[in-house]
Amino acid sequence: MRASIGAVAGFLLIALFSVSSGARDTWPTPPATAVAPPQVSGPLQGGTADHTKFDQLKGPFSSGPEVTVACLGCHTEAGDHFMRNIHWTWSYTNEATGQQLGKRYLINNFCTNSRGNEGMCAQCHAGYGWKDENFDFTDETNIDCLVCHETTGTYYKTPNSAGNAACSVMFEGKPPIDLAAVAQSVTLPQRANCGACHFNGGGGDNVKHGDLSSALKSPPRTLDVHMGVDGLNFACTACHITNRHVWAGSRYQVVSRDTEGTGKPGQRTDVATCESCHGLSPHPVDSLAGFKLNDHVQSIACQTCHIPEIARGGVATVVDWDWRTAGKTKDGEGYHEEGYIQGNGDHRYTYKSIKGNFTFDENFPPSYGWFDGQMLYTTIDTTFDPQAESIEINGFTGSREDPKSRIWPFKRMHTWQPYDKGNGTLVYTHLWGEDDAAYWGNYDMGKSIAKGMADFGLPYSGEFGFIQTISWWPITHMVAPKEQALGCGDCHTPTGSRLASVEGVYMPGRDHNRWLDIIGTLLVAGTLGGILIHGLVRFFSPSHGSKGEQH
Amino acid sequence: MATRRVKIFSLFERFWHWSQMLLIVTLLITGFGLHGFHDVFTFEEAVTLHTSAAFALLLLWIFSIFWLFTTRTWRHFIPSASGMWGVLRFYSYGIFKGERHPYRKAYWRKHNPLQALAYLMLKIVLFPAIWITGLAYLFYFAWRDVPHATQWLNGVAVVHTAAAFMILAFVLIHVYMLTIGHSFREHLMPMINGFDEVDLTPEEEAYLSKDQPGDIR
Repeated sequence: MRASIGAVAGFLLIALFSVSSGARDTWPTPPATAVAPPQVSGPLQGGTADHTKFDQLKGPFSSGPEVTVACLGCHTEAGDHFMRNIHWTWSYTNEATGQQLGKRYLINNFCTNSRGNEGMCAQCHAGYGWKDENFDFTDETNIDCLVCHETTGTYYKTPNSAGNAACSVMFEGKPPIDLAAVAQSVTLPQRANCGACHFNGGGGDNVKHGDLSSALKSPPRTLDVHMGVDGLNFACTACHITNRHVWAGSRYQVVSRDTEGTGKPGQRTDVATCESCHGLSPHPVDSLAGFKLNDHVQSIACQTCHIPEIARGGVATVVDWDWRTAGKTKDGEGYHEEGYIQGNGDHRYTYKSIKGNFTFDENFPPSYGWFDGQMLYTTIDTTFDPQAESIEINGFTGSREDPKSRIWPFKRMHTWQPYDKGNGTLVYTHLWGEDDAAYWGNYDMGKSIAKGMADFGLPYSGEFGFIQTISWWPITHMVAPKEQALGCGDCHTPTGSRLASVEGVYMPGRDHNRWLDIIGTLLVAGTLGGILIHGLVRFFSPSHGSKGEQH
Repeated sequence: MATRRVKIFSLFERFWHWSQMLLIVTLLITGFGLHGFHDVFTFEEAVTLHTSAAFALLLLWIFSIFWLFTTRTWRHFIPSASGMWGVLRFYSYGIFKGERHPYRKAYWRKHNPLQALAYLMLKIVLFPAIWITGLAYLFYFAWRDVPHATQWLNGVAVVHTAAAFMILAFVLIHVYMLTIGHSFREHLMPMINGFDEVDLTPEEEAYLSKDQPGDIR
């Protein structure tokens, strides 16, 4: 008896030992490194300097670059760091596709191209004075520190070149900027700093993205659960973590499926995915539904359910742009028409001579599709069939079978825009300028394209037309509180499913085998019919009433 | 040979039957809701009810299988051709003539041959088809990365739904059968109080009277 107890105890000890040694194999201890890396600190909070007390910022300053010199006097490495990021370079090479991307080169289906129009477009370059190819990208005093760091709200930028009189009138009569006051107000970027450009992409409030509008300057929690002033009040950089003036989160290279989650303490501060804070099992497992929702993380981007609609918050976005109607004038002058009143009561232009017709929309469901994070751009170098019905400005790939892909929400932007009908390429249009080829002021598209292409040595057949283009904007901001998230039935339904067009999956509730349903219904109906006939025959048979005694 | 009222359905069997009935009805209603045939519940409610009921039913089946084998009552479900023709003939012809049901319950054979075969098929074909596909369905995200997972899931869904249609047809016939022979109520009572009229051999009668007097009236 004692021997058997000993044997059992021994067996248990062995089992225990083998379990603990097995656990030790996956112990999360970092491996030793030969050379000690720099010590790791936690994220900075608070701050130890009051910029209003700095003599260097007392001024007076006569120009922005003078302020920059003052900034760099203390922040010695900031210039070197900053000049590496895309806010400065406007250039990005996609390593996977080799494509030359970046605002400097790309064509979109809004105002089409910044290239050749920098005098206007580079208002949103985080620098001073980029108006043509002669801009010095190596001069760190050209960096505009203030546009991102000032907090007075009185700082503004104007076009770097005069432009046609028809346009430049828009920028006249602005009050002078008190650069010393602005310089002393600097702090970490607020939502309004980033928003000065990012909320106004495409030429106006929320025109481009659909999920980035001026409504996010001071949003209620119901509009954005992270940025809400009555909630967490996150600035953009709370998620777009910054390391040496390089930000996490790229639209050129989207992390469509984060498989690492939060990581260990001190790690994972380099991504702007939902999972990097919320982990890979974000829903509390306090119900069967919570368990199933955590399963869905593998196939469905968080944004798909948690951003139920595009352009919430009262500011509409443009979903359709028609350049074909641009160029109409009244008495030789360009004009514009208001035709849309958005949620916050503001009127929006639905026609401008310089741009054509716009269609606005707000509070509308996104388009959905499998997305692997890879955008394939139609650039100025891409040739296509000139007879094509439509061209995708940034087609994206992804499928159910691809482990990186998940179902993402997108804003779909449709535009009729000019292209080279002879060569089958998109074109650079010369919109902004003081010359007589600039479309904005002269309204001659042919001339504008000819100059836009010639300025960069690009071939142009001389014959332009208008082609339909589609661009896709992954939706990731304006995350609603969980009570506003989509429910299961928004997708798992036979009619009106949010994911009605998504292929490659079998979704209970959405999908049926039609023949099975027909046969199954016939089986049940046939059974009921058989029972009815059997019962009726029994009822009317001669022996009715005797009930067949017993069995 | 005497016909006596004997307890043929133990308390556990009756509990099994009625809880199984409730769970299957719940599963049928919520399942066809999930399939998109009606909107009585939201999808989330239906999933929660359907999954909870399914787990409860699986637990019940684990207990019932254990019970069937420990009490040897599984033998009631052994198929037998003997007497099958008579039962078939009765349901399709004799019943209209007012004939007597040809089957007599025996103490160790409480189902008629058609019943035994039907219940056996339910137990070894339809139920396994639905619970195996159901578990595969529920844990789809654990095997979503195997090749052709979507096509497999499609197949799983087809088998699961087809089995559900057949179980619904079974339920309809099962309930209708209660109206044949005795009154509906008389058919129902054995599954409520456990007692039914059974042909006993003298030995069985003597044994029950002496050793299990509570099981015979």
